[in-house]
Formats: sequence, C-alpha cells, structure tokens
Amino acid sequence: MRRSMLFLPGNSPNILLNADFLGSDAIILDLEDAVAPTEKDSARILVRNAITSRGYTREVIVRINPIDSPYWQKDLEEIIKVKPDMIMPTKVDSGDYVRTISAYIGQMEEKYGIEAGSVKMIPLIETALGVERAFEIASADPRVAAIFLGGEDFTADMRCKRTKEGTEIFYARCRMVLAARAAGVDVYDTPWTDVEDYEGLIEDAKFAKSLGFTGKSSISPRHIPFINEVFSPTEAEVQYALDVFDCIEKAKAEGKGVVSLRGKMIDAPIVARARQVLEAAEAIGMYRPADSQKGER
Amino acid sequence: MIKQKAHAGTLESSDIYVEIAPAEAGSGIALNLTSVVMQQFGPEIEAVIRETLAGLGVEDAVLTVSDRGAVDCTIRSRVETAVCRGKGEA
Repeated sequence: MRRSMLFLPGNSPNILLNADFLGSDAIILDLEDAVAPTEKDSARILVRNAITSRGYTREVIVRINPIDSPYWQKDLEEIIKVKPDMIMPTKVDSGDYVRTISAYIGQMEEKYGIEAGSVKMIPLIETALGVERAFEIASADPRVAAIFLGGEDFTADMRCKRTKEGTEIFYARCRMVLAARAAGVDVYDTPWTDVEDYEGLIEDAKFAKSLGFTGKSSISPRHIPFINEVFSPTEAEVQYALDVFDCIEKAKAEGKGVVSLRGKMIDAPIVARARQVLEAAEAIGMYRPADSQKGER
Repeated sequence: MIKQKAHAGTLESSDIYVEIAPAEAGSGIALNLTSVVMQQFGPEIEAVIRETLAGLGVEDAVLTVSDRGAVDCTIRSRVETAVCRGKGEA
C-alpha cells in the first residue's frame, strides 16, 4: 500500500543513505529536477549503487528525465539493471509517450535478464495536454500501475497561480482520479509545498482523499506522518468494515436474503468499500485476518 | 584509459570528492587520500577506491581524494563518475 511517497534528490549521498528511515511507503529517487544538468551522470550512478547496496525496504521509484531531454535513455540504461519497483516518467502527455518509455524499459529488462514487465510505471502528468489525456495515459500500457499529478508544472502550463486553496487544480485532480479509476490504476496527489504549514497539509491531504486519491506525495519528510495518517483507515472505519462482514455471516446463517446494519441496508458498494478498508488496514498492520473470523470474505 | 582531468562528488558531509588525472602507462595508481575518518577507516576507503578503479580497468592514474565520511556505495559511485568523465564517456 502506498499512502505516501517522498521525493529525494538523486545526487545527495546523505539523503539516499537515510531514505529508508523517513517513514514514507515509497521513495522517489529523483534524477530530474533535483539534479543539475552537469550532474546527471553522477546522480544516475549514485542512485543505481544506492538501490543495489542499501537494500531499501520501501518501494523504490526512480523519476527519470523527460523524453525530449538527452538523458532519459541513459537513465533507464543505468537504473533498470538494478530493478527498481517503478519508473516515473515526467511531463507525460500521451499514450505514445508511455509506450515509448515502456518499450525501452522492456529492452533493458531483456538485456539484464529481468522478468518482462516487472518494472512498473507511474507517469507524472503535469501539463494541460497530459491532464486532457489522463485516461489515454493511464490505460496505455500494462506497466502503468498508477498516475501522478504534478501541480506545480501543471499550473505553470495553465498560466495560473498555484495557491494553497488549490482551486486552480480542482478540475485536474477530479479528471486524474476519474481517469485512474476508469483505467483500474492508482492515483497520487501533488505535494504540499509549504514545509512549515502542517494544518494546510492535513486539510489538503483530506481533500485529496475525499476526491478518491490513493495517496499523496511529499517533498519533506516532516509531512510523511500526517499523510500516512490521513490515508490510513480509522479504527472506526475498520470496526464498521468488520461489522459489515459479521452481519453478512449472521444473515447467511439465518437464511436472510436482505441484510441491514445500524438501520442501513448493506448493498454491494458498502461491501466493496468495507473490503477496501480491511485490505488497507491489513496492508499497514492495523488488522490481521488470522486474528478474527469476522474479516473472512 | 584516463584521457583528461576530471572530478566528481562534493565536500558535503557523507560525500567524497574525487579528482583524477592521466598518468603514463605503467606508472600505476598514485593516490593522495584525506578523510575525516582517516584514522579509523583510511585503509578500507583506499581499498574500495583501488577495487573500483581495477573493476573499471584503470591501471594508471593520479587521484586526489577528499572524503567526508562517505559509505562504500558513495565512494564507488564518485570514483566511477570521475573515471567515466576522465575517459570522456560522460
């Protein structure tokens, strides 16, 4: 389960050394914006060796340079051989873009004896055209496991100001969630960029969750505990989900066709949501099915 | 073969700064190493540098290295980057 993703600059040994201990579910080792053009070679070698030697337990995502740069193929040549969990291509604006990157990943997988299709992709969508084509991108290739909204570049492309209220990215957020869910992939929200404003971060993360985002990214380790909390099920949600399944079992035993809990009929969407809550709770260790028969489903 | 002077890394904490320059064939590796942990780990750092150079096929070079407490993977990375740049492959 990915609730939080933390961006880390790819050419900073001190940060890469501690990347596994910063609390995020995934780490994004950045070869793009966080690395100066003169240090691209240095960063990709350092990231490659860090993945090999550090034994990261977090999910490892590597953000590569855009397809119109001279770096993206070299990035993949160095990085795929150490089998990161995911590649994050940047400024993705079409299905063809995704398929071009995917094909090159496939070549590298074959070259280095890695199982075909095992390295997944999380395209970073950060332009007006990319948002317009979000479903095309999300459904372009089996490697795509999630899509990701980059709010800063998106608003620059839209020629509008990025605000804390986020009105300017509301449509893009909704469009991204809709596209991702229609394509059957996860969807991640843009970072909250005010490092000191925790209240703003929590409200922003809650809002993103309410829209349907799977999780949220961050540029600061200090944001991670708040993001994890917002995107984790609450104790009450877990208990309700357990009660739903308990209720279904009792109804089955009694031969009842229609089931209700606390005066509300339990229908398919409620069961689906309860299952999602228990799966999420199980993924973060809040709930273990073996401890209870109630969660059998 | 190292064709030109090159450098990699920084003097920031946990990093290592590596300068490399060409040397005459057969002259071997001339290494001038300083480190904030020279007394504790000097020989180990030198061994990692020499192993990395050997792995990259570098037999003759002049290196000036300033370590700021880098771990092995950082040492290997910065040496490799300096060698690639020195070979003109970067």
